[in-house]
Amino acid sequence: MADLAATRLSDKEDDFRPAGGLQLAARQLLRNPAATIGFAVLTLMVLAAIFAPLISPHNPIQIKLSAKLQPPSAVYWLGTDHFGRDVVSRLIYGARVSLSVGLLVILFSFSLGVPIGVLSGYVGGRLDATLMRLVDAFLTFPPLLLAVAIVGLLGPDIQNVMIALGVVQAPVLARLVRASTLAAREETYVTAVRALGASPTRIIVGHVLRNVLSPIVVQLTIGFSAAVVSEASLSFLGLGTQPPQPSWGRDLAEARRFMTDAPWLFLAPTLTIMLAVLSINFVGDGLRDALDPRSWVTRRRATQEADD
Amino acid sequence: MTAGPFIEVKDLKVHFPAPKNLFGSGGAIKAVDGVSFTLERGRTLGLVGESGCGKSTTGYSILRLIEPTSGQILIEGQDILQLPQSQLRPLRRRMQIIFQDAGASLDPRMPVGDLISEALEIHGLWPGADRRRRVRKLLDLVGLSTQHAERYPHELSGGQAQRVAICRALAVEPQLIVCDEPVSALDVSVQAQIVNLLQDLQKELNLAYIFISHDLSVVRHVSDEIAVMYLGRIVEKADRKRIFEGAAHPYSRSLLSAVSIPDPDVEQRRRRIILSGDLPSPANPPSGCRFRTRCPIVEEDCALHDPPTRLLEPTHGAACLHIQKSQELLKWT
Amino acid sequence: MALLEVENLRTRFATDRGVVRAVDGVSFTLEQGEVLGLVGESGSGKSVTSLSLMRLIREPPGKIEADKLVFDGVDLLKASESTMSSLRGGKMAMIFQDPMRSLNPVLTVGRQLTETLRRHLRLDGDAARRRAIELLEMVGIPLAEKRLNSYPHQFSGGMRQRVMIAIALSCNPRLLIADEATTALDVTIQAQIVDLVKRLTRDLGTAVIWISHDLGLVAGLCNRVNVMYAGRIAETGSVRDVFYRPSHGYTVGLIGCTPRVDRVGAPLTLIEGRPPDLIRPISLCPFLPRCAVAIDACNKTMPAMNTIEAGHAARCHADLSVFHQKGAA
Repeated sequence: MADLAATRLSDKEDDFRPAGGLQLAARQLLRNPAATIGFAVLTLMVLAAIFAPLISPHNPIQIKLSAKLQPPSAVYWLGTDHFGRDVVSRLIYGARVSLSVGLLVILFSFSLGVPIGVLSGYVGGRLDATLMRLVDAFLTFPPLLLAVAIVGLLGPDIQNVMIALGVVQAPVLARLVRASTLAAREETYVTAVRALGASPTRIIVGHVLRNVLSPIVVQLTIGFSAAVVSEASLSFLGLGTQPPQPSWGRDLAEARRFMTDAPWLFLAPTLTIMLAVLSINFVGDGLRDALDPRSWVTRRRATQEADD
Repeated sequence: MTAGPFIEVKDLKVHFPAPKNLFGSGGAIKAVDGVSFTLERGRTLGLVGESGCGKSTTGYSILRLIEPTSGQILIEGQDILQLPQSQLRPLRRRMQIIFQDAGASLDPRMPVGDLISEALEIHGLWPGADRRRRVRKLLDLVGLSTQHAERYPHELSGGQAQRVAICRALAVEPQLIVCDEPVSALDVSVQAQIVNLLQDLQKELNLAYIFISHDLSVVRHVSDEIAVMYLGRIVEKADRKRIFEGAAHPYSRSLLSAVSIPDPDVEQRRRRIILSGDLPSPANPPSGCRFRTRCPIVEEDCALHDPPTRLLEPTHGAACLHIQKSQELLKWT
Repeated sequence: MALLEVENLRTRFATDRGVVRAVDGVSFTLEQGEVLGLVGESGSGKSVTSLSLMRLIREPPGKIEADKLVFDGVDLLKASESTMSSLRGGKMAMIFQDPMRSLNPVLTVGRQLTETLRRHLRLDGDAARRRAIELLEMVGIPLAEKRLNSYPHQFSGGMRQRVMIAIALSCNPRLLIADEATTALDVTIQAQIVDLVKRLTRDLGTAVIWISHDLGLVAGLCNRVNVMYAGRIAETGSVRDVFYRPSHGYTVGLIGCTPRVDRVGAPLTLIEGRPPDLIRPISLCPFLPRCAVAIDACNKTMPAMNTIEAGHAARCHADLSVFHQKGAA
């Protein structure tokens, strides 16, 4: 019976369908509730950041001392800070800084760390030795100290903070990618495509990178969280966002002074950062699983046992 | 077109640096140490021996997946070891390899259709719309259907994975395929399917096979000629009939007698040469004849002289100082 | 009384796709000193059968049931976990395909051997050490005393398998289960191990269940064979019965597709297709879709276990006498 069905199928569909790997990965991602929720939360945050001027109830930087340190109310949903600025509006505008810091930092560390790691691992030899000593040198510094030093060198400015944090994160990524590449390089499937005559570029981009993607994705989500939090620390030191510009980290740092008098001031950015970090981690974990074809549920699975 | 054999391997050596010990250099591991043979298209050379004898290293070096230390590999007269790395691609079209663990030889993140069309893409074969048609044709050739093209490697059984690997190798229209233990990991019923498939393809496409295996029963079934390797050397080489019915080297004889036969009475009556101990380290092979430490008929002079290959027939050579005595041994095994 | 009695053994696994009946109604007995071969392809239930005997199936998701499962007078189904763990490695020992995984890489071989001896036989340090050396010598490891202090990675594959056999034999087991124990080894080493096992059964009277897909090994080593397919025994008999008078379509196919080193045959006969999905209910002979000798009756009823002659039975409708031959003896 099963054989008959299979024959009919292949007659009707003379051609095989394109792989549709991305579609299947996306479908798998949406089957994961945590990743779906994380994805939704992040989307909302990004939308809020983009449309900040339209949705913010108040001006985030206008000082109104008469309304300072107000608890949450119908007018100020999450209260006001010590300058009387609306916390909700500051969080919405702060998303612009914090999310772009997170995103650009991982982009920067990705474009720096991944090529170094892959080249080092795949080519090996002297190149590997040189690159890795360089990476090790960076890794010996405490990360925040290194970032402070770089920003100090480039000047206090949010762009420089992003560069600094990217430089700090890249070596970690490079190490990880190198290790994964070393393992992938020894896989039989790499030998097999080498035997087919594939160029090194094809092998690295088409096969090695594709297979070390999972650890990279996980590391990048960790990097995103770290960047959001580090931006807070650097801003606190006066090296990042300059007042009165809102950012989650800055606001959090300032709120510490009023922790007992106005706990909402402290809680709001803390919870927001937590929510963002959790969401991105959920999405990262989901992505890692979803990118693995072994997790994909396909219509083939059902017929697979029946034919040969 | 030259008149020589399709492929001729001359005095191939592959030495790896041994791991260094406390006292400095560890010397060289002579994985392959002077291997020579020839092979014509449409024929199969079986390469047998225990693990560590250098049979797989030999196969890998022929494709230059491992760079040999010295020697010559002539394909229709052209020494491919002289080719610079950049000119290897045309060579890859002429020679392919399939592996023991076929599943692992397929990128787990690519569906079968992509894996096969990639091979075509690398060499710019069948461009455009023809490529997908070609993939279907190739799948059909190895007994798979179009729907297998959509599958990912983990969705394939062991036998199907090996069919896909064979299919991908055939995509570039090679003349020689190195088969590295292609059926060792498969169940017997599937093993027979793959063996028959390889034989049919050989007839149809006039392929030369170098069939590397430790399973002498399968090797006997598929090979025209057989080379027995021990510690980096070919100790005996002959056509199939001679090896299986009149092997002269004591190692070949021991290897043959160790293979079990699915026949209870035959097993009962057989007498085995049970070799003692394991393969010596290739970093430090015994002096003289390398087999002497395990040889059932060893003599004193075996430690002194490296035995040359003696021709017993025009197509049958064995490297043993005491072939006469070895053939006595033949009588009771 | 038989050493081991298995009646209607059923082992199932709950999976997210449904219940897999990995072993479905297996019965056999094993006498002392007997070597029983279990052959079949992967997924036929041969390994699960042996793991069920040792109660090494994780429950759940697994579930072992049987009408009778008695080893040396002990009801294995009712035995407590502590009884089982004293049986395992004691009276019942098992060796696996990959000795590296069964040995602890950070302990010396001597330590691993003496530990078993001290635990099961309550030997003191010195006695355990002496016995360990004796065992290593028995399985043919040269310089046994020195080798006690070596770690597993310092042994070759064949030597490691010998160490595993030494550990398995350390407490004089009545039953040794070898699951593809020589599959990963070279033929020359395989021959050494088989030779060793033969000697042990002869000298110590140990019963052996030898699980292998290598028909040649089974022919040379075993007294009796159970051919397994789809979690059931397809055919059972003495090695000569099964190899010379195969009475099940699957056995005929299996012999036909096995190449022989002493013969150049015609192209190997094929068993097309794949074994059935053990989640689906089986109402006819599970081998039917792949069978080359099926007859009308096969499409109607499930064949029962037919006794062909004393000790030789098969679950097959077809008359396969055309495939029968005399032994070479």
